[in-house]
Amino acid sequence: MKYFNLIWSSLFRKKTRTALTMLSIFSAFLLFGLLSAVNALFSSSGTGEVATTRLVVQARTSFTVSLPMSMLPEIEAIPGVKAVSWRQWFGAVYDDSPNNVFGFAVPPARWVAMFPEWVMPEDQQRAFANTRTGIVVGKLAAEKWGWKIGDKLPLSSNIFPQKNGSKDWQFDIVGIFDGADENYRRQTSNQIYVNFDYFDEANQFGAGRAGIFNVQVENANQMEVVAAAIDARFLNSANETKSQTESEFQLGFARQIGDIGLIVTAILSAVMFTILLLTANTMAQSVRERIPELAVLKTLGFSDTTVLLLVLGEALLLVGVAGLAGMGMAALAGPGLTAGMGFPPLPFDAVVWGRALITMAVMAIVVGLLPALRAQRLSIIDALAGR
Amino acid sequence: MTEALVQIRNVVKHYTRGKQTVEVLHGITLDIPKGDFVALMGPSGSGKTTLLNLIGGLDQPTRGEILVDGKRIDRMGNTELARWRAGNVGFVFQFYNLLPVLTAERNVELPLLLTKMGGAERLKRANVALEIVGLKDRARHKPKELSGGQEQRVAIARALVSDPTLLVCDEPTGDLDRKTADEVLTLLQRLNREHGKTIVMVTHDPKAAEYAKHTVHLDKGTLADEPVH
Repeated sequence: MKYFNLIWSSLFRKKTRTALTMLSIFSAFLLFGLLSAVNALFSSSGTGEVATTRLVVQARTSFTVSLPMSMLPEIEAIPGVKAVSWRQWFGAVYDDSPNNVFGFAVPPARWVAMFPEWVMPEDQQRAFANTRTGIVVGKLAAEKWGWKIGDKLPLSSNIFPQKNGSKDWQFDIVGIFDGADENYRRQTSNQIYVNFDYFDEANQFGAGRAGIFNVQVENANQMEVVAAAIDARFLNSANETKSQTESEFQLGFARQIGDIGLIVTAILSAVMFTILLLTANTMAQSVRERIPELAVLKTLGFSDTTVLLLVLGEALLLVGVAGLAGMGMAALAGPGLTAGMGFPPLPFDAVVWGRALITMAVMAIVVGLLPALRAQRLSIIDALAGR
Repeated sequence: MTEALVQIRNVVKHYTRGKQTVEVLHGITLDIPKGDFVALMGPSGSGKTTLLNLIGGLDQPTRGEILVDGKRIDRMGNTELARWRAGNVGFVFQFYNLLPVLTAERNVELPLLLTKMGGAERLKRANVALEIVGLKDRARHKPKELSGGQEQRVAIARALVSDPTLLVCDEPTGDLDRKTADEVLTLLQRLNREHGKTIVMVTHDPKAAEYAKHTVHLDKGTLADEPVH
């Protein structure tokens, strides 16, 4: 720490150049933070402990094709199946803002039993099951929009009109569910569930159909066998199925727009490589200009190793300060950005921060090493003589 | 007879530039007593700065022995020599060589960063050194806010701060006007007389050499004569 003042002052020898370089690194890590969090968001869905024994059964052609409810007893009869629930995408729009809520119609009792990651008091669970127009909303969504139990909640559906032709629906809020842990809690920011019976009766078309079936399997070892059995059962029927784990389903959903991980990696690699070149050039130039000053430090008794570490410390400070500011800004701005798109807040967890810190350290070493070695090896006599 | 602080024995120094090897010093033998103030004079290319660099431990001789305060510095490796310089030698350059990003007191503090001293103690000592050179009121000024003479006095304070036995000065007044040069030389003389510092100073300027106790002339890499007292 005793060298901090020396390193900090040397870093700002050319204030404008350092500020511009820092701004570039700041922007790169802002992007790094946001994209890494997006990647983490898509990769983390459906990978919780409870999800490892659940399958999603969808129409083989696409999850946008509904399946008839007549399949329910047949799925339930397949060996290894413990319980079955289902859901239909409601296409909910609240407050005329598309994609700000994710709404599904579900059978309340089955939904409660199958998804312990959503926590709700028992009286609210009963109210959901017993209220035809009942709706339960996520805790963070309720806080965001000021919803309370007993409120009437007007929603539009961008898919399903009621039998009277209106796409405006009205529900009674009967429960507010929380997440079982912090990860699930984040997802309560935009999730709502309506009573399937009411939805199924009142909507103008598609009655008696489910978007997907959720299947609870007896134990995790049977997942593949049960999935294969379900698909085999409906093979060559009018409703062929594709059964997969929840995480595969979620990833497949995300991959509608491409391989998120690959896209994120490609973008970040390009950005980081550019910033690496820019910062390396800045560091090299900065050290080149200071050769006589570094020679003076050596003259005063600073060892070759100390001078090497001073230059590396400078690179670390340059990348660290700007990189942490960029990541901090991403963590602050991230939740606001995704809320408007109907996604849960971006998870800035230890993994995202850890990757960022490792990237900063690697970048600092890469950009600082060559100038640091040059400083370490410089001859005092030659440097003072301007050779 | 006064004990010799610096003992130079048959020192030869070669430099290799490309394919050419040039012998700059041809077997110099010289003693500099403790508490002396020696001016090294001679024409350009005579080897005076090379000799000063060897005495200050900035470079190693090709052959011969250099002892400072009884220690063979010609046998020391880079790291050991750096440690030795930090504790035993203060350097003053023609162009001051202060770090422009640091204030005067932070520049003076630099050699103390290599000690185990705490931050407050380092700054206290730096200010004492600045007081000795008459610049305590300029402690928070950066080099560009100081005149040439003031910069050189800060450089002298930096050379003094770790209380070395030996000060080596390379043309310390070469970039100063006559009046300022006299002030700087008077300061060096005071450090020699009142603080007992042994000073070796390279200079072209005969008037500057008058402030020294002895003058040594070099010509083409050899001593031109015995030290003039």
